[in-house]
Amino acid sequence: MASESTSNNEVNHLQRLTLIWIVLSVVGDLLYWFLLGPHVAPGRMTTTARDNQFDFNVLFIVGFPVLVGVWAYMGYAVINWRSKKAGVPESVGGPKAAENKRLVTSWIVITTVVVLLLAAYGTVEVIVGQGSGGGEGPNPIWSPSGAIKAETAALAGTATWAPNSNEVLPVQVIAQQWKFTYRYPTFGGFESPYLILPINTDIAFNVTSLDVIHSFWAYQLEVKADANPQQNNVAYTKTLQLGSFEVRCSELCGIWHGAMFNSGKVLSQADFMAWATKTEAANAANTKFLPPFAWTYVPDANGASGGYYIDGTVTPYSPTEVYGSKQPSS
Amino acid sequence: MSKGGRLATVLGLFLVSIGLVVWAVSAYLTPGVPGGVVNFTNTQAAGQPVNLTVQTVGAIGFGAHPTWVSYLVKDPATGKWTHATSWQLPANTVIHMTVDQFDSGSPLRNQEWGQVQGTIGGNALLNGQPLTVYNSNTGSGVAHTFAIPALNLSVPLVGVSGTPCGAAPCKLSANPHNIETFSFKTPGAGTYSWQCFVPCGLGYLYGNGGPMSTQNYMGGVLEVVQ
Repeated sequence: MASESTSNNEVNHLQRLTLIWIVLSVVGDLLYWFLLGPHVAPGRMTTTARDNQFDFNVLFIVGFPVLVGVWAYMGYAVINWRSKKAGVPESVGGPKAAENKRLVTSWIVITTVVVLLLAAYGTVEVIVGQGSGGGEGPNPIWSPSGAIKAETAALAGTATWAPNSNEVLPVQVIAQQWKFTYRYPTFGGFESPYLILPINTDIAFNVTSLDVIHSFWAYQLEVKADANPQQNNVAYTKTLQLGSFEVRCSELCGIWHGAMFNSGKVLSQADFMAWATKTEAANAANTKFLPPFAWTYVPDANGASGGYYIDGTVTPYSPTEVYGSKQPSS
Repeated sequence: MSKGGRLATVLGLFLVSIGLVVWAVSAYLTPGVPGGVVNFTNTQAAGQPVNLTVQTVGAIGFGAHPTWVSYLVKDPATGKWTHATSWQLPANTVIHMTVDQFDSGSPLRNQEWGQVQGTIGGNALLNGQPLTVYNSNTGSGVAHTFAIPALNLSVPLVGVSGTPCGAAPCKLSANPHNIETFSFKTPGAGTYSWQCFVPCGLGYLYGNGGPMSTQNYMGGVLEVVQ
């Protein structure tokens, strides 16, 4: 009789714990998804930011029940199985748990399935998001439609972009100690300290450096790509919301690394066109002295007396070209 | 040691540690004028433009690194050239800046810095002549820039021809030089870094080591205060 009573108690405990766990998990997940989730950083300014927020929220929804399960079990155990409480069942840990095949099998299967599903989910999200805003190197595996055409045209000086054209806009990010500047090959190759982007447009960031390793991190855009000297690191995103965003260097790069930041803006397509056209004209006197647009520039490693040099004749997305192999003649 | 002695020791150490924490917090909250910062806040009446004069030299000629390139600033309190690159300026005030440039130049690594940006009027005066863009691949090139990245301010400092001054402070009457003037307005209170964008740390990798990576040479901070 005593054995039967203990068995019934264990079943009741399991049912009650499961019920508590399900209720807490569902309520917590729903509250998170509808109240907190939409406000989680980095927001929804771009497709990559939106997707990143979604992925984080999905991971939270999956992880929260695990957290609640542990906490609920611990709380339940503290309340019901205190050693001073009369009639508590024997502890179920240790050898008893190890010999429980159903428990062990369930643990292995559930954790394996969860980990594999998350791995598959993460992989798919990287592909669907064309790299999820991360730098894919000079030869991107995933790119949005029209990107290669736009990038190739940019190098040839024939790139075009106009409001409502749905064309990809290439923007070159040039890092140097200690500031980011930006070249717009579609608009005569002018260079500017301002990063201005049009809304509802696929952007191809081509990130490079004139000296040491930096990292271009446009936080609200959810774009992050290392800036390596003599390398073209390509990252994609599509703008979805108007507003300001911040750009920071996220690679410790020297004495003024902490000051290497600036802000950018996403404007309406008409406003962007007006800004780009105006800046192209205003900078024309200096743009003609810049080197022709190229994916990378080779600085003189000796320091001063170093103009920058176009990195030969490399073309984007070449599977065979070794980028940065050419050296300045000086 | 008696129980009372041990208790007194623990209590004493506790009070000392509390005192150190209070001192650290109060020092952080009341910075004042740090050592090595040249103060420009008392040179003019409130709201009036402030004159700031600096010189750039190819070799400082003294100190721990006599061969390093450097900026010097004219201390408004003494009128003497001072080897300091941290300056305290009043907020929301027009700064009239004069640069006595004594160093030789070269092509810019990034010609972007050949364009005057962020100054009042969008230009500067080079030896009295308007300057908006300087092609660093011609003439004497650009020796240095004065740039405040957070304000998107950048002014190319054109290199001199002839034998440059070999030791600071350099004199206008004795050394080849260019004089550049421009004005900008300080923002609200805060700390803003300024730097040279010419990789002029000759002998260091990519030219950005040595004087480019050491305070008081080719970069500093503006302590802008209300």
